[in-house]
Amino acid sequence: MDPKETKERMKIPRQKMSEQSPLERIKNFYEVPHGFSAEQAMEEAKRCIQCKKPLCVGGCPVNIDIPWFIRLIAEGKFVDAARKIKETNALPAVCGRVCPQEDQCEKVCIVGKKGDPVSIGRLERFAADFEREHGEMQIPEIPKWTGKKIAVVGAGPAGLTVAGDLVKKGHRVTVFEALHTAGGVLMYGIPEFRLPKKIVQAEVEYLKRMGAEIVLNAVIGKIETIDELLANGYDAVFVGSGAGLPNFMNIPGENLTGVYSANEYLTRVNLMKAYQFPEFETPIIRGSRVVVIGGGNTAMDSARTAMRLCPEKVTIVYRRSREELPARVEEVHHGEEEGLKFQLLTNPKRFIGDKDGRLKAVECVKMELGEADESGRRRPVEVKGSEFSIEADIAIVAIGNGANPLIPQTTQDIKVNKWGNININPDTGRTSKKGVFSGGDIVRGGATVILAMGDGRRAANSIHEYLNTGVW
Amino acid sequence: MHEITEKIDLAHTVFQMKVKAPLIAKKRKAGQFVILRLNEHGERIPLTIVDSDEKEGTITLIVQEVGRSTEMLGDMQKGDSILDVVGPLGKPTHIDDFGIVVCVGGGIGTAPVLPIAKAMKQAGNKVISIIGARTKSLLILEKEMRETSDELRVTTDDGSYGHHGFVTQVLQEFIDEGMKIGCVVGIGPVPMMRAVSNTTRPYNIPTVVSLNPIMVDGTGMCGACRVTIAKKTQFVCVDGPEFNGHDVDFDELVLRNRSYLKEEKMAMEEFTYHEGDKCYERSKP
Repeated sequence: MDPKETKERMKIPRQKMSEQSPLERIKNFYEVPHGFSAEQAMEEAKRCIQCKKPLCVGGCPVNIDIPWFIRLIAEGKFVDAARKIKETNALPAVCGRVCPQEDQCEKVCIVGKKGDPVSIGRLERFAADFEREHGEMQIPEIPKWTGKKIAVVGAGPAGLTVAGDLVKKGHRVTVFEALHTAGGVLMYGIPEFRLPKKIVQAEVEYLKRMGAEIVLNAVIGKIETIDELLANGYDAVFVGSGAGLPNFMNIPGENLTGVYSANEYLTRVNLMKAYQFPEFETPIIRGSRVVVIGGGNTAMDSARTAMRLCPEKVTIVYRRSREELPARVEEVHHGEEEGLKFQLLTNPKRFIGDKDGRLKAVECVKMELGEADESGRRRPVEVKGSEFSIEADIAIVAIGNGANPLIPQTTQDIKVNKWGNININPDTGRTSKKGVFSGGDIVRGGATVILAMGDGRRAANSIHEYLNTGVW
Repeated sequence: MHEITEKIDLAHTVFQMKVKAPLIAKKRKAGQFVILRLNEHGERIPLTIVDSDEKEGTITLIVQEVGRSTEMLGDMQKGDSILDVVGPLGKPTHIDDFGIVVCVGGGIGTAPVLPIAKAMKQAGNKVISIIGARTKSLLILEKEMRETSDELRVTTDDGSYGHHGFVTQVLQEFIDEGMKIGCVVGIGPVPMMRAVSNTTRPYNIPTVVSLNPIMVDGTGMCGACRVTIAKKTQFVCVDGPEFNGHDVDFDELVLRNRSYLKEEKMAMEEFTYHEGDKCYERSKP
């Protein structure tokens, strides 16, 4: 690209994506941003200066050829753009919405050095949505069956990626899902207003049309063990069983009625559709004042969900300051627009209940930041005598997850760390057990969709190699 | 889809059904449970597996109608199908040769006791059972429990059949007679399990109870089913459902099981209507 054109392109402002107004959207569960129009997408795509050595590709955990697909969008070849992305990413409509691009591809975008980076995530979303909405989802050519069968445990982001990659290499894949719907955290965890469930199901359908078999309601470790899978004709197993039991703080009153884990609160609302109770049968306590404990994306998802279930006030209680909030800036911004309150440098001490065991207040204490800890973040310490109470009938504890115990309980030779997470070789996803691979939250604890997909990609390559060479 | 191959009414609002689930029928062990979802709008309903028939590929469930979902299940008939059945979940009962095992079933709790009594008998134990109900018409599985046990005692709260009184009174009699009890298995309503645990505590008799908290996923993800056992939080779906009765915080369990009383009442009143004994769903808004 000649320097003059590059200069012209740098002048184009970052395109704004329209979205539901805060007042409107807190009354519904519809998606907040509307997405780019075709004109906007082409204009935004022109902002990409097509670097010879694009840093964005390295910033992407699944190494999407970003400049290429953006060039196709700029040329108006939207369907081709989507197919380009799908060569390396099985779930583009999902990633375009929930990836933290500001910490990955967009963070290293050269255009962003002098101004705003190219909206890579929004362009990815646009291409995937365009292809789906125009009925252009095309199944790639699948090679002849290699004669190998792979079992995938868990139909979340990691498992679906493994399934997609291996089917494309000609292997037969069966995905075993514990819940009644495929998608894992994309279905039970991330709210409808951030990731519409019909989009997740469309991506799952796409994998099924490519030939991946998905068996629902199958809890591996219970209905069949890993050893049984290996003995019953599967040549390799990938374990992507995801986040396990929620962490609690072990403070008094944690089991009062009205104290939820984020996993439970979000599962009731997202997977079981409790926001449509009683039309859907799973109930949820509505309440009016909500305290959410934690500062990550799950805390934001919980808080913004609670906002939509008509409470008077939703407060995030976080023990460090605003700078340390681990949530995406965009989520914090959306939450604040919607009226979410932040009680920073504050930690809960106990939950106070009434005589029926129902939550009525959360006693908190003020914190201040002390010396830096091993993670380099300044450690919060209690300010003596600063206790105060926040009235609340619902509290949602969003401070992370442990590991699901079902696979390690029933497969002793898969080594786990002291928290119960499966140990793997990070380059290959191989576990301590021959033929068994793993990745995603069962390995990482709580991480992101795209990191789980990156694990899936690496494991799929390694599974393919193992099946071809037989070398462990 | 899982076909209902048999349905029998056992007592007022209590029924037994066989459901097609061949893999679960093959794998399940005493003490484990399944989760059902009747239809796309349904909630996830945890139910203990009472029995299974590997050849037929069916599992047997016994259900008491206590809310909208179980009433709808009660209205389903032979030939109808259940959308989702997942299991077997939870840890199996610890079966061992304890010498004498006393199996205590209260009300609908006799249903999960039956497979445990069978397994205990097979393991070489002398099985003595006590089953109780509020009144004679609510008593279930008397014949099956009699066949499985070396000795069976029956109690009713109102004296309409068997011993007039509670299961714990008979249990206390056994203890007072000097019976060398190796293990007590007590399953039923929470107050009954608490009473059984309180009866055996002074004598340090190992006592197993099976807890039935509110659950959502049932696979170790959501944490809804947490209970306090020996002052520590445990999760019934993966750590249980059976625990040492002497360690269980029953008061907390009672309160937690009441979490959705208001919502359940609303669902029953607004979304169902009754004609005679039948419960129908109102058309969706």
